[in-house]
Amino acid sequence: MHGLATQIVNLLAAILLLISFAMLSQRRMLALIHLYTLQGVALVLANLVLGFVTADTHLYLSAALTLVLKVALIPWILYRLVRHLRITGDVESLLNIPATLLTGIVLVVVAFNVALPVTQFAASAARGTLGIALACVLLSLMMMITRAKAISQVIGFLSMENALFFAAAAATDGMPMIVELGVGLDVLVGILILGVFMFQIRSQFDHLDIRHLAERRDD
Amino acid sequence: MTSAWIVAAVLGLPLAASASLALAGARRIAPDLNAAFSLLTLGAALLLAQRTLAHGAGFVFGHAFFVDPFNVLLVALTAFVGWTTALFSKPYMRTERDRGRMNASRMRLYHAMYPLFVFAMLLALLTNNLGVLWVAMEAATLATVLLVSVYRTAAGFEAAWKYFIVCGVGIAQALFGTILLYLAASRVPGGGGSDALLLSNLISARASLDPTIVSLAFVFLLIGYGTKVGLVPMHGWLPDAHAEGPTPISAVLSGLLLNVALYAVLRCKTLADGALHNGLPGRLLVGFGLVSVLVATCSLIRQTDAKRLLSFSSIEHMGMMTFAFGVGGPVATFAGLLHMTLHALVKSALFFTVGHAAQKAGTQSIDGIRGLVRVSPMIGWAMVLGALAILGLPPFGVFASEFLILTSAMHALPWAAPLLTAALAVAFAVIFRRVQQMGFGDATARRLEHRPAWLPVFAHLAIALLLGLYIPHWLDAWYRAAGAVLAG
Repeated sequence: MHGLATQIVNLLAAILLLISFAMLSQRRMLALIHLYTLQGVALVLANLVLGFVTADTHLYLSAALTLVLKVALIPWILYRLVRHLRITGDVESLLNIPATLLTGIVLVVVAFNVALPVTQFAASAARGTLGIALACVLLSLMMMITRAKAISQVIGFLSMENALFFAAAAATDGMPMIVELGVGLDVLVGILILGVFMFQIRSQFDHLDIRHLAERRDD
Repeated sequence: MTSAWIVAAVLGLPLAASASLALAGARRIAPDLNAAFSLLTLGAALLLAQRTLAHGAGFVFGHAFFVDPFNVLLVALTAFVGWTTALFSKPYMRTERDRGRMNASRMRLYHAMYPLFVFAMLLALLTNNLGVLWVAMEAATLATVLLVSVYRTAAGFEAAWKYFIVCGVGIAQALFGTILLYLAASRVPGGGGSDALLLSNLISARASLDPTIVSLAFVFLLIGYGTKVGLVPMHGWLPDAHAEGPTPISAVLSGLLLNVALYAVLRCKTLADGALHNGLPGRLLVGFGLVSVLVATCSLIRQTDAKRLLSFSSIEHMGMMTFAFGVGGPVATFAGLLHMTLHALVKSALFFTVGHAAQKAGTQSIDGIRGLVRVSPMIGWAMVLGALAILGLPPFGVFASEFLILTSAMHALPWAAPLLTAALAVAFAVIFRRVQQMGFGDATARRLEHRPAWLPVFAHLAIALLLGLYIPHWLDAWYRAAGAVLAG
């Protein structure tokens, strides 16, 4: 039973990593939102499996929270933003796709090496996944750096936060409930603020490309 | 029991202020309401400090909050600067409104978010849970991000976006560090569960935490919270956010938020030091601090905007403090704590005067501000005095703290002392020259619609002067007790 659970969580971790790579290469906005939702689903499943194995009700709660927040609410807000602001068009990447993916592979190797000494201490069913989670964090970071559009930077940020929650669930059977609630609240408020923010930019400037804003070169 | 009521007041008053100002934020009474709530918060904070110093450290509400000489020092400082900034913002924001840069809904946003921001910082200081500390730090960013772009200029939007994204990424690293600490704690027998992230539990169990995990966790925590301290190379958000927002926000970001972020770093350092015993955290702080001082000083030279000049000076001073705490030992820690206090007071006073100067000149550009001393001697001289204070000229207190930092650097790291001295000299030359340009010469100014509030500026400068001349016995004991907390 335990062995099977480990296999499933490892599989989910691999799926998470694949989705991160897919996000790196995806240029269409709606597809990015779908990938983000899929990531949320993988996170929910991982929480459920770990909750089943450890018989910890708090992981079920965490799964429910993730389902409401990251599979339903946040994708819905993003979808509405994209539709209202009519950001359907392609996302220009500052780096071409093959170069992005190659750099991504290097990042994964780095992440595995950094996490190696820690992974052997992870006590729970999913000890091998910490490296994958760190790799996802780095890939999301890279997505934020290489994308020009505000909303794809936000999706990068959200996917980084997903990876962190995966790390928390896999390595430690979840953070204390108050912390998870607090982090979830912060993320939700952050997204709402960004929505307001993007509408303000749109009403003022008519485009959402970060590069077109005045660039100050002095630091 | 009484301690619990005081902590509840310190945290509850700003929350109540935020709720009532969300309703009344655009009315004429709003600034006074904000100032009154801030004054009450200050009263509660001082009471809390007095009790803690008299009765010693302790827990409040179970183990959810804790007070010790170190965090009440910053709670008192935060509440004090929070109050004076509320006083300053009354005439300042009225002038902004009369000139059409603010309107009713923006005023409401400003007044509702200001106390919420103060609340987030106080929560970060008082909580005993590393996870809640993270949540509060992120909440402090969220409360101010819309204020940075409140003028809705292109530069303002860019600044707010950078602020949100860079601090968001940084603080995500801190979350990873927190998760790693949790992992380390749950491996100690009896250390797991919902209490595992309590700072007090982690500190008492730190000797048995796994060193490999803790050192990795500390690196992530330092990068994460260091982003909010404004340490180079994660400082990209800071000058923009400080320069583009309304001046009261610049003052509290620079004077208070940076200190609170440094507080988070220092708590993690105390924890990591006890688990590692190899001096790695200290060396990392020394490195980041030194690089911050040097890079910020070089950037100072190129600044043409008065508020950006001050924000690079903030990076420099945060670097000095980080360096001092990295060196460690009673003297350097004392100097670091003194410098934290003085920088908060003097830098916010400088932002107050430069804010009014920019309103008088109608521009923030250094070239556009001229002859302040002649047209408005109060603003002009306050700015010159504030600049001399921040540059560490005796008899102001910054001289004492910088002198102590330099002497402890000479003892512990002789190679670093000349670098720091050179950086201080360059900063002195650059800032003094710029302030001289703005203070003297032919005047370009317009009348201010509302009389500036002088109490905040001169109260801050007077305290900085007093601390340079004489540190009272009780304050000396307070700093030493706080230093002992940091030493673990």
